[in-house]
Amino acid sequence: MYNFDFVKPATIAEAVEALSGEEAQALSGGQTLLPTMKQRLNAPATLVSLTGIAEMKGVTRDGDTLVIGAATPHAVVARDAAAHYPALAALAGQIGDPAVRNRGTIGGSIANNDPSACYPSAVLASGAVVVTNTREIAADDFFQGLFETALHDGEIITAVRFPIPQKAAYAKFLQPASRFALTGAFVAQYAAGVRVAITGASESGVFRWTEAEAALSGNFTPEAIAGLSVAADGMIGDLHGTPDYRAHLVGVMTRRAVTAAR
Amino acid sequence: MPMDGGIGASTKRREDLRFLTGNGRYTDDINLRGQLYAHFLRSQVAHGRITAIDTADAAAMPGVVRIFTGADFEGVGGLPCGWQVTDKHGQPMQEPAHPVLAQGKVRHVGDPIAVVVAETAEQARDAAEAIVVDIDELPAVVDMKAALAADAPKVHDDLTSNLCYDWGFVEENKGAVDAAFSAAAHVTTLELVNQRLVANPMEPRVAVGDYDPWNDMSTLYTTSQNPHVIRLLMGAFVLGIPEHKLRVVAPDVGGGFGSKIFHYAEEAFCTFAARQLKKPVKWTSSRSEAFMSDAHGRDHVTRIELALDADNNFTAIRTETYANMGAYLSTFAPSVPTWLHGTLMAGNYKTPVIYVNVKAVFTNTVPVDAYRGAGRPEATFQLERLIDKAARELGVSPVDLRRQNFIQPDQFPYATPVAVEYDTGNYDATMDKMLELADYAGFDARAAESAKAGKLRGFGIAHYIEACGIAPSNLVGQLGARAGLYESATVRVNATGSISVFTGSHSHGQGHETTFAQVVSEMIGIDAGQVEIVHGDTSNTPMGMGTYGSRSLAVGGSALVRATNKIIAKAKKIAAHLLEAAEADIELKDGKFSVAGTDKSVDWAGVTLAAYVPHNYPLESLEPGLEETAFYDPSNFTYPAGAYGCEVELDPETGKVTILNFTAADDFGNVVNPMIVEGQVHGGLAQGIGQAMLEACAYDADGQLLTGSYMDYAMPRADDVPAYTVDHSCVTPCTHNPLGVKGCGEAGAIGSPPAVVNAVIDALHRGGHTHVTHIDMPVSPSRVWAAMQAK
Ligand SMILES: Cc1cc2nc3c(=O)[nH]c(=O)nc-3n(C[C@H](O)[C@H](O)[C@H](O)COP(=O)(O)OP(=O)(O)OC[C@H]3O[C@@H](n4cnc5c(N)ncnc54)[C@H](O)[C@@H]3O)c2cc1C
Repeated sequence: MYNFDFVKPATIAEAVEALSGEEAQALSGGQTLLPTMKQRLNAPATLVSLTGIAEMKGVTRDGDTLVIGAATPHAVVARDAAAHYPALAALAGQIGDPAVRNRGTIGGSIANNDPSACYPSAVLASGAVVVTNTREIAADDFFQGLFETALHDGEIITAVRFPIPQKAAYAKFLQPASRFALTGAFVAQYAAGVRVAITGASESGVFRWTEAEAALSGNFTPEAIAGLSVAADGMIGDLHGTPDYRAHLVGVMTRRAVTAAR
Repeated sequence: MPMDGGIGASTKRREDLRFLTGNGRYTDDINLRGQLYAHFLRSQVAHGRITAIDTADAAAMPGVVRIFTGADFEGVGGLPCGWQVTDKHGQPMQEPAHPVLAQGKVRHVGDPIAVVVAETAEQARDAAEAIVVDIDELPAVVDMKAALAADAPKVHDDLTSNLCYDWGFVEENKGAVDAAFSAAAHVTTLELVNQRLVANPMEPRVAVGDYDPWNDMSTLYTTSQNPHVIRLLMGAFVLGIPEHKLRVVAPDVGGGFGSKIFHYAEEAFCTFAARQLKKPVKWTSSRSEAFMSDAHGRDHVTRIELALDADNNFTAIRTETYANMGAYLSTFAPSVPTWLHGTLMAGNYKTPVIYVNVKAVFTNTVPVDAYRGAGRPEATFQLERLIDKAARELGVSPVDLRRQNFIQPDQFPYATPVAVEYDTGNYDATMDKMLELADYAGFDARAAESAKAGKLRGFGIAHYIEACGIAPSNLVGQLGARAGLYESATVRVNATGSISVFTGSHSHGQGHETTFAQVVSEMIGIDAGQVEIVHGDTSNTPMGMGTYGSRSLAVGGSALVRATNKIIAKAKKIAAHLLEAAEADIELKDGKFSVAGTDKSVDWAGVTLAAYVPHNYPLESLEPGLEETAFYDPSNFTYPAGAYGCEVELDPETGKVTILNFTAADDFGNVVNPMIVEGQVHGGLAQGIGQAMLEACAYDADGQLLTGSYMDYAMPRADDVPAYTVDHSCVTPCTHNPLGVKGCGEAGAIGSPPAVVNAVIDALHRGGHTHVTHIDMPVSPSRVWAAMQAK
């Protein structure tokens, strides 16, 4: 790791100010950023910690919406969202190991937008709103491909607003080494229709499986999508799974999520 | 039996107190005054010619003391290879130079090019980034068969090709084997890959070199399984330091699994640099460095054939294996695919003739050497997969086909056609025990339950044998070993009766401090707490060969028994004098010497005190003191064997396999500490299941390491392995060592991979996927699913 300065502001405004400095970078749980710094692949001059900002932490219910502060660790979401949005809580509870869950945060996860990460699928399938220090971004606009998001330089995610679905579930197939999602499907049923988001599978990151959404909106059963499949074209191929295998898992995991949804 | 446990007691491991409370003293815990830190600049390309190294900027950076490159090692020896294999034409293997730092060429990703020594580790790393290395990249050879093509790029320009050796075993039997195949009623053939693995001990490698110029004394603290071997190899072959001026210490070592047997460049470097700089020099491997600098394991590509007669008797076995050596010959690399592999191809079976061909190949990859089991898992995997396949082709039970061909108890000692003689065994006994414990009889009912739930259940069997207790020195000498493989022990009885044992064996997790004390305690009849086991330091232990090949108790324990017997013999003489009786009448029981048939006695401490305070002592016929050393060279290998049963459930939708039960019935001969044996089997099974289901080290076609971290290299975790059923009640004691022990450290890793893969194939066949005859390890969900699709 190279040397860096460290600041820990108490408000969003102070954090935004600190991030306007030369080569400053936001630090949330550090579970992604710190390993890259240790490997010297990343060398920010200043780390601006977001975990001391009270207004960015915690899980609160606002009518039909669950608001999660961006600096809320996975373990807190697993515990505090359970009564309101069990599928989201279950997803958070399956991320990494206890150490990762107690440090890593939802804001860090979606800002990073790893193609194999879990949270992006929940955000996209819920049609959630990503709240930043300057604006509100619809999930459909937020995720823009591998490790790419709509965030501008220095922009901070402060919260994520999740519309609470009637039924939902996340089905994750583990990559055997990292235990990130080799393929994960998040299915959420709303009055307006069903949304399905797939993570881990595509070379362009998290995506909505609109064909399945249409079928499930009419008939929310695994049988409704039994005949559907996605093309292997554009799926990730690596040591742990071929594009064909991932395309196959998209169908299996989506059906399992539908079966498990409550 | 002594109070806190002699032979046969499940005494708690005394070393665990310090390990579990974080008070172990590992090499990285050693920090010497004025210590400097080394950082290795390693090649990022698999193959290339170094045209220039510019260290000027780096040398000017803060804290930098000196930068070393290959040029600093001209005139210094290279890393030696400890085993010379002779090929099928009687020619010695091709043996390339293995410099400490690259000389002119880099040959694998991770090959060290330069080292910065600085005041802090971070400064050393900063400066290493400022070194400018110009490399003309060369095409890399990664695939073994491609490496043997006539026009393949050569890893070593001065060798005639990338072929290290082409070994035939037993070459004279080749004709008979071919004839048996011509006459066979049935031939089963299997092609398979035994994949490359990374050992991944919990503690990465560390070396601290120290030099005392006033006494011209060098010390190396290192993470080694065999400090005396390192002293010999490094002192004699690399740095030219005689033994009396070189001390090697391997303190607490956090696992080795073979990877810490070998002499590594970093050890030689730290010792060398400490002498040059007259300051201690320390190197601590990062996990990323470990992936590209620790010797890897396995990496065989094999075709094996089994010939059977019309009655399903095995009549011959023929194999052809390509074994990856990597870019250089690691210390014992040539022995693994040959003598540690070919000699085990008979397995537990009566096959009359066998021919094993092995082509060892240089490639632009990390060197490959012994890894838990070393050669024996490769042999067992081929054979036990092949027999399963044969049983399926012939429509007979895999249990019956094995039983029919087992060597029978009345045939021991049994000379196999592959040069070893099994002393004892009873394979039906372990098979019976395993089938009983695994409730094999109830399997069909359980399979039906799984089928109802849409899952496929399978049962896989493997029966293994291994050659442990390595090894008779005269024999291995004939086979090309450049070392002896005896073991040593010094038993120093102190004046008040406590005992310090100095063993040449080494514990890096095995629990010697507990079990070796149990042996001495049992023999003398004193409390094990009275016995201290010292190991790991060449300055106080007798020259010994260290720990690998499940040899500690069988060879090191035998040396300990011999030394203790010498102690008892001398103590009896002293007791006879004290009791004014004839030596022949003295009996030792429960720590007391008595005169047979009388009530006259003297206790252990009375005798030991007399030895050191010899006021009333037969000084004219006996030296004072009570300390004895013994060296034990085994007359044969030991042959643990066992039956393993693996029960899996397979999800046909995803290809995911879950191991539901794993049953191991091993014959380890006599057992000193059943709890420790059970732990060794558990660990071995976890490693074998890791190989079967999860682990694989992969390179791309350019020689880039694809699995350089745990994000892609899948280590088994607690929830990947089942609760095991482990049994070692089938005992045929080893006939040629004093404790009748065989060794248990590698068994789990040897027997489990074929049991797992056999179970997966069984599940698939029961589910109607009869076109799947083999899946290479790891049997990952994606591979299983692909195999199911490939109709
Ligand atoms: C062993 C291990 C296992 C894991 N397993 C999983 C898994 O199974 N599934 C999964 O989804 N993830 C997994 N992760 C990743 C984990 O969830 C991380 O916590 C997460 O990806 C990053 O969150 P963080 O809070 O640690 O972010 P950091 O590492 O602090 O930051 C990540 C990036 O986001 C930026 N950033 C952080 N917060 C904000 C913000 N509020 N606004 C704008 N930018 C911001 C940072 O500048 C940085 O670029 C695993 C990680 C580890 C180490």
